[in-house]
Amino acid sequence: MSGGAIAQSERAASRRRRGLIENAQAYLFLLPAIAFLGLFKILPAVYAVYISFFRWDVVQGAFRGLDNYFDILWQNSTRSQAWWQSLSTTVTYALITVPFEIAIALVVAYVLFQKLRGRDIYRTIYYLPYVTSTVAAATVFFYVFHPQYGIVNQLLGSIGITGLKWFQEPDGIFQMIGNALGVAVPDWAAGPSLALVGVAIFSIWHFLGFQILIFLGGLGNIPLEYYEAAKLDGANQWQLFRRITLPLLSPQIFFVFTIATIGVLRAFNEIFILTNGGPLDTTRTVTLLLFKTFFQQGQIGLGSAMGVLLTLVILAFTLFQFRILGRRVEYG
Amino acid sequence: MNVPQVLPRAIARPLRPRIPRIGSTVFKHLVLILVGAVVAYPFYFMVTSSLKEFFEATSTPPTLFPTSLHFENYVDAWSRQPWGRFFANTFFIAGASVAGEIVTAVLAAYAFAQMNFRGKNVLFALFLATYMMPGEATLIPNFVMMSKAPPGVNPFFPIPRLNLYDTYGAQILPFLASAFSVFLLRQQFLAIPKELRDAAVIDGAGHLRFLWSVVLPISVPALVTVAILSFYASWNSFQWPFIVTSSEAVRPVQVGLNAFRAEAGSQYHLLMAAASFVVAPIILLYLVGQRFLVQGVARTGIRG
Repeated sequence: MSGGAIAQSERAASRRRRGLIENAQAYLFLLPAIAFLGLFKILPAVYAVYISFFRWDVVQGAFRGLDNYFDILWQNSTRSQAWWQSLSTTVTYALITVPFEIAIALVVAYVLFQKLRGRDIYRTIYYLPYVTSTVAAATVFFYVFHPQYGIVNQLLGSIGITGLKWFQEPDGIFQMIGNALGVAVPDWAAGPSLALVGVAIFSIWHFLGFQILIFLGGLGNIPLEYYEAAKLDGANQWQLFRRITLPLLSPQIFFVFTIATIGVLRAFNEIFILTNGGPLDTTRTVTLLLFKTFFQQGQIGLGSAMGVLLTLVILAFTLFQFRILGRRVEYG
Repeated sequence: MNVPQVLPRAIARPLRPRIPRIGSTVFKHLVLILVGAVVAYPFYFMVTSSLKEFFEATSTPPTLFPTSLHFENYVDAWSRQPWGRFFANTFFIAGASVAGEIVTAVLAAYAFAQMNFRGKNVLFALFLATYMMPGEATLIPNFVMMSKAPPGVNPFFPIPRLNLYDTYGAQILPFLASAFSVFLLRQQFLAIPKELRDAAVIDGAGHLRFLWSVVLPISVPALVTVAILSFYASWNSFQWPFIVTSSEAVRPVQVGLNAFRAEAGSQYHLLMAAASFVVAPIILLYLVGQRFLVQGVARTGIRG
């Protein structure tokens, strides 16, 4: 009787000991990852906020509280004007990039998903820009769109459009169209600069393969029976696409929408190479403004405050995406 | 994923359920070829221009084919910058980053997938938070951390100064752990049947032994995916190395290409030759490892 109790308590003790060892082992396994993520991801996120509270021009200066934020948002007219202009440029850039990215990729993925010869060859080509480095791809793009030496102006010349300056053109595209047609376009309706349109074209080209890849995955999840049942009910091609494909692909479309928007908010390399924020600041997005403030002007405190603001916007999109997709996971 | 062999064919879901046919096959090919031509044209222009002579590369209108092939452009472009150094730097930085990231991710992912410990959920939430934190949040603080403490400034507090500006370390250390890779591998390790672990325990194998001799060998495809995605990110990275380096001794290829843009000016034939050899290794890797790269992107939705 008592022997059994001793054995039992011994077993419990050994179980506890094993639990302790397992705990210690687990933390040992996690230690390297936690150390590096902590030092280069978690702590810096805290420091970003800390730095943004100071005047910090190359070296740390006086504590300013939230004054850097106030300067950016309204107090300092030069700073706040630059900030709101950059934010508006970023939003415009998103508006002329994301919808086209989704629409083109959707059409291509839909066609590509059908039984066709050479699907793999097409796919390999479509993914090429996506794996190419932004710096190299943008360098080539700059040349392709070169006003004199590039192919784009030559092709446009054959339909009567000549002399476009692309990445050096600060004029709005609606204004340019108006001028060509002899219509006076008011300043507020000038539209995005041709340079920004060029950057948008680059982004669409660069990420097309990624979008197609996600949509192909989504199309693969739609059961064939749905189409067969709908066809028995007499649905036509457009109805099949509109009533079955589009709704069942909505998680992927939403995913691409958010990730492409975040991508646009974070875009730096392509703009740096193609226009460096010019001409006349018409392609200076928030990331470019942040870079110039922090790296070229040495205003580290102000730059950090911009970084915090930009991060909040990006995080809002990320959380929004996680919430919506988290709810829909079982559905897909 | 393969369909398990035991399922009768009728039950096994076809791997690629197809959308009903629309339009004619010819029309569909026309659409795909047109899109393909637009997508591939810049690559074609890059390679053909790299073989043109200076006056032909800057002629209006541009020629579609080079009138004569000038392979010596590659030699010329190569000699203008210490490209050998840049390539060696990039291979070293990418190799070290990939190796470190794999080790830290394998260990952490194994702990999350196969071990029970206190605070697991809290730590997992922490990893998720770092995954969501965009690089813009950490760019400036990391730069401050990498730079040397100015005279009179405490190098440990409040911000540690690692004094690594313009070194390999600045380009490697921040990338030795990635929450994303941990998630990807954890997903893989969760799928390992419990029976395998039970059998290993009966044989007296500890966690490290089980990880090394059972888990890793059956996880090779996932490891290759992580390695390729990580190598690709490292090879193509520009902004961070551009900010934390200044000397050619530690400069990677992307920063070198940017510097060469300024030097080459309107010598586009040389610039295109340089762009060609900068993208060649990564495109080669893509063609060889396409399956892994595509699977990784499809499974995880990373956009780069």
